[in-house]
Amino acid sequence: MSVLSLTNRKKVLQKRKLTFAESIYLPAIFSGLMITIRHFFRRKSTVQYPEVKKPFSKVFRGRHILKRDEQGRENCTACGLCAVACPAEAITIVAAERKKGEEHLYREEKYAAVYEINMLRCIFCGLCEEACPKDAIYLTEETAPASYSRKDFIFGKDKLVQPLGTSAHPKTFKPYVKDNKPYQYKNPVNTKI
Amino acid sequence: MEIMWIEKILLVVIVFAISLGTAAYSTLAERKVSAFLQDRIGPNRAGIFGILQPIADGVKLFFKEEIIPANADRFLFVLGPSLFMITALMTSAVIPWGKPLDLGGRMFDLQVTDINIGVLYVFAVVSIGVYGIMIGGWASNNKYSLMGALRASSQMISYELAMGLSIIALIMMSGSMSLKEIVAQQSGELYGISFLKGMNWNIFYQPLGFLIFIVCAFAECNRTPFDLPECEAELVGGYHTEYSSMKLGLYLFAEYVNMFVSSAMMASLYFGGYNVPFLEMLNLPYNVEVFVGVLAFFTKIIFFIFFFMWIRWTIPRFRYDQLMKLGWKVLIPLAILNILLTGFGMILTK
Repeated sequence: MSVLSLTNRKKVLQKRKLTFAESIYLPAIFSGLMITIRHFFRRKSTVQYPEVKKPFSKVFRGRHILKRDEQGRENCTACGLCAVACPAEAITIVAAERKKGEEHLYREEKYAAVYEINMLRCIFCGLCEEACPKDAIYLTEETAPASYSRKDFIFGKDKLVQPLGTSAHPKTFKPYVKDNKPYQYKNPVNTKI
Repeated sequence: MEIMWIEKILLVVIVFAISLGTAAYSTLAERKVSAFLQDRIGPNRAGIFGILQPIADGVKLFFKEEIIPANADRFLFVLGPSLFMITALMTSAVIPWGKPLDLGGRMFDLQVTDINIGVLYVFAVVSIGVYGIMIGGWASNNKYSLMGALRASSQMISYELAMGLSIIALIMMSGSMSLKEIVAQQSGELYGISFLKGMNWNIFYQPLGFLIFIVCAFAECNRTPFDLPECEAELVGGYHTEYSSMKLGLYLFAEYVNMFVSSAMMASLYFGGYNVPFLEMLNLPYNVEVFVGVLAFFTKIIFFIFFFMWIRWTIPRFRYDQLMKLGWKVLIPLAILNILLTGFGMILTK
C-alpha cells in the first residue's frame, strides 16, 4: 500500500529495544555536549537592539503617510477609493470643498476634511496605496507606535499628513537626500495643517 | 595562640567571601554560558560584560515585596531557606585550598579545619541540606511546593547512597577520611612512573567511581538532568513556589554555593586538589608553588562549575521513574561493583 507523502523528509520510526551504548546514555550525552560546545564558539546572532537596528525590507509596509506635493499642498482629493479598497474598513473620510484662498493648501478642488485610519483595524496590506489615483497615501517604513487606550489608535490628519519641509520620497518622513543635498521645499505662505 | 585564632578567623572570612563571591558570579556565568551555548550574548548592560549583573540582581531581590502565605507556618517558612544556605556554606570548612603557607618558618594551613573524618562530615552536612528544602516545601502549604519537597527528599536519599558507596572505594585506597590526607596522597607519581610527578590523581584509579560520584553530585545539587524538585514546567518552581524576595534569593543562591562546594569536592577527591603536574620541575620558591597550587585548584573548580552549566544547557531532565530507576537499579549496583573491583585490585597489586 502506498501512502501519499507530501515531503521527502518522512521518517518511519519503529520502537525497538535500545542497544547497550544507547541505554547507558553516556555516548549520547557526550555527543550532545560536543554539539553545544560548538555553539559556544560560534558567532552570536544577537542584534544589540537600541544601538543596532535591523533594516526593514524594501517592501515593508508600516504606518501611513498622506503626501504633499512639491509646493506643500495635500495630494488627497477625498475620492474615497482607498476607503473602498480597504478590506478592514479602517479608513474614514469626510470630504470638503476647497474655498478661495486655500489653493496653497490643497491641490484639488475637493479635499479630505477628516481622514482617519483606525490602526487597530488596519492590516497594513497596502491596498489603499495601490488604489490611490493621486499618489496621496503611502505606507512608510515606520512602525505604528503602541499606546494605552483605543482612541489613541485612531490616527487623524494631525498624525497622518506629511510634515512640512520633509522629503517628497514616498516611503519616509526623513529628509530625502539627493546628490548629498537634502531636498528643500519652498514653504508656502500661511501654513496651517 | 591568639595569632592562630586571628589567622583562622581571617581564613574563615576569606573562605566565606570566596564561596559567596563565586556563587554570585556563578549566577552571571550561568546566564552567560547558557546564552553562549544558544548563540546569544547574555547580560551585557550592567557594567562591561555584565560584571555588575549579580549586584543588580541582589539589589532587586532585596527590594522585592516579601510575601508569607496566610496559612504558612511562619517559623518553618523562614527556617527553610536559612537552613539550606547555612548547610551549603558549612561544607567548605574541610576543603584544603592549598599546601600550608610558609609564614617565616611557621606553617599556616590553607584549610579551615582538618577533621579526620572530613569526607563523612561533608556527607553529613549535605544531607542536612535536604531539610532546608523539605521544611520550606512543607511550610509553604502549597501542593506544588510539597510535591517538589517530596521529590527533593526522595531523590537526595536515593543518590546519597550511591554517592557514599562510590566514595567508599576511594577511601579504601587512600586509607584515610581526612580530605587533607586524600589530597596530599595525590601528589605522588602516577602508576609509579617517575616522570608523571604530581599526577597521582584518583581519577586514574577510580574512573567508574568518579562517574558515579559526578552523576550523584548533579542529583544532590538539584541540577539538570536531575532538577525535578524545582522543575519550572510541571511544578511551577517546586519547593520555592511560594517564596519571594531574598528568601527565594537564598534558595537560588544556596544552589550555586552547593555547586561550588561539590565542584571543590570533585576537584579535591578525584582531580588532585591543589596538585599541579610537573610543577616541582620548575623549582619555584615554596610560597609561589603554594600560590600556583591554589590557582590550579580554583581553575579545576571553575571547570567543574562550567561543566555543571554545560550539562544543564545540553540535556533535558529525567522522568521521575527513570530517575529512581537510575539511582536504585543502576548506580547503587555499579557502586558496589566498583567497591569489589577496587578490593580485588588492591589485593592484586599488594
